[in-house]
Amino acid sequence: MSEPKMSETPTMADVRGMVRRRIGPRLWLPGLWLTLLVIGAVFAPWIAPQDPLAQDLFTSRLPPFWMDGAEPGYLLGSDSLGRDVLSRMLYGARIALIVAVVAGTLTCLIGATLGLIAGFYRGWPDMIISRLIDIWMAFPPVLFAILLIAVIGTGLTSIIIAIVVIDWTRFARVVRAEAMTQGAMDYVASAQVAGRSRFSTMLTEILPNVLPTIVALLTLEMGIAVIVEAILSFVNLSISTDSPTWGGMISEGRISIHQAWWVLVFPLIALFLTVLSLSQLGEGLRDHFDPVLR
Amino acid sequence: MSFLSVRNLSVSLKGGPRILRDVSLDVSAGEVRGLVGESGAGKSMIGKAVLGTLPRALQIDRGKILLDGDDLLMLDPRERRRRIGANVALIPQDPLTALNPSRRIGRQITDRLVDILGWSRSDADARALVLLDEVHIPDAARVLRQYPHELSGGMRQRILIASAFAAEPKLIVADEPTTALDVTVQKQILRLIREMQERHGTALLFVTHDLGVVSKICQSLSVLYAGKVVEDTGIEAFFGGPTHPYSAALLAATPKYTDPEGSLMPVPVDVIAQVQAEVDAADAGWV
Repeated sequence: MSEPKMSETPTMADVRGMVRRRIGPRLWLPGLWLTLLVIGAVFAPWIAPQDPLAQDLFTSRLPPFWMDGAEPGYLLGSDSLGRDVLSRMLYGARIALIVAVVAGTLTCLIGATLGLIAGFYRGWPDMIISRLIDIWMAFPPVLFAILLIAVIGTGLTSIIIAIVVIDWTRFARVVRAEAMTQGAMDYVASAQVAGRSRFSTMLTEILPNVLPTIVALLTLEMGIAVIVEAILSFVNLSISTDSPTWGGMISEGRISIHQAWWVLVFPLIALFLTVLSLSQLGEGLRDHFDPVLR
Repeated sequence: MSFLSVRNLSVSLKGGPRILRDVSLDVSAGEVRGLVGESGAGKSMIGKAVLGTLPRALQIDRGKILLDGDDLLMLDPRERRRRIGANVALIPQDPLTALNPSRRIGRQITDRLVDILGWSRSDADARALVLLDEVHIPDAARVLRQYPHELSGGMRQRILIASAFAAEPKLIVADEPTTALDVTVQKQILRLIREMQERHGTALLFVTHDLGVVSKICQSLSVLYAGKVVEDTGIEAFFGGPTHPYSAALLAATPKYTDPEGSLMPVPVDVIAQVQAEVDAADAGWV
């Protein structure tokens, strides 16, 4: 008999299987767009053709490169104050990504932890958390966000706090339901009989089974965070006006849509693609992580 | 002296009806005791009470569960969990939900040895290989790296049996371990449980509703009706001629191949009435 090898690290056969398994357009298309976005955001100071804040009335409302009257250096045109749309989008991507990652992760951590505890421990922790979720969900989310921002003031941190405070219920609800189903399984009873503590059972038996759902929700939440940030920018409750955001650009572009539609349309496309990519990535990752589906 | 001794155990739904009525039963070291009864008679609940996994909605009103002479119900939860973990194991009913779908088989067998009983990883890994060999799983090394969904129900039940015997428990509670399986697989699994039990000398509390299974594996049995033990006897005595009319009716209700039509008969109404009267009598003194 050969030497026993039972480590959870993948064996050669597993690796070959993973490579052979098609990654599929669901993973690589969103992956491609998000990679481009991350590169653009990180290297914005070097690749942005113009200063995103530089105003110049001589270059106002320049059309994108394929139209008549376009100027070199203003690839996607400029807005009514003469600021370069592409440069502003690249800088805007920074805000969008920071909000997506930080707010998404924090929401996920808080919501999933509470959901896991409620779903697995049941009893009074579940009572408290479930009532809290019910009360929370009775608030209209956008109104709640605006109210919250009005109280704690604008700025990047405020936006992230607002998103976390409002959206943790999304995770808590789903994870709680999932943890409850898993908790009723016989393998949990077996672990208890073997003498595993409740807490350790939750981490070793329940969490791995809830993880694919959490990952899917996390990417979805990142998309939602981007949208919420855009909504708040749109109503001028986001970052101060001198740091460009997609929502802010959409809001400004709305005014001059008949003269310079590009100011509105390009950030909108970026926003759309980013949110779509994140949600598709989530679905793809869930399929990829689930040992039964793959 | 018996290894497990349940004394006058009464369990009820919190603020509701009684589930177990003064149940007493003993399992000696190395003994196989059957626990039979209709659906809802409370046979699984006895197993769960012993394992400390009673549903939250139930409460133990009184009684003792003596494991190796110590009353489990008197111990503090941590010590109780330790005792049960070290001495008792479970063979669950449904092999499809009894293995964690997202973890490899090997880790699921060895984890409790390493994390809870403090074995070294290499000892536990070697032990898992030996066990899988004992339950006649070919190519054990490969199976240990697989996920549960890659295996058939019969294979998974074999793994659960191996896992139950892993830490050499003194008592195993088998909760209808063959019910969820195909009839052809049932026989193999039953034979396997018996073989393992004999090899390891483990006491077995075998919960089932199938008297045919009882006759193949058990040395003694308790018959349960509505949470009350109506008969507690040796296996020869039972199949030779049970003393309680309800047991006799259960035995008579077992279908026979030679007479499939005539032998399938329900428990007579007057027998039900008698056993129900006994249950009511037991409840009369209950506050």
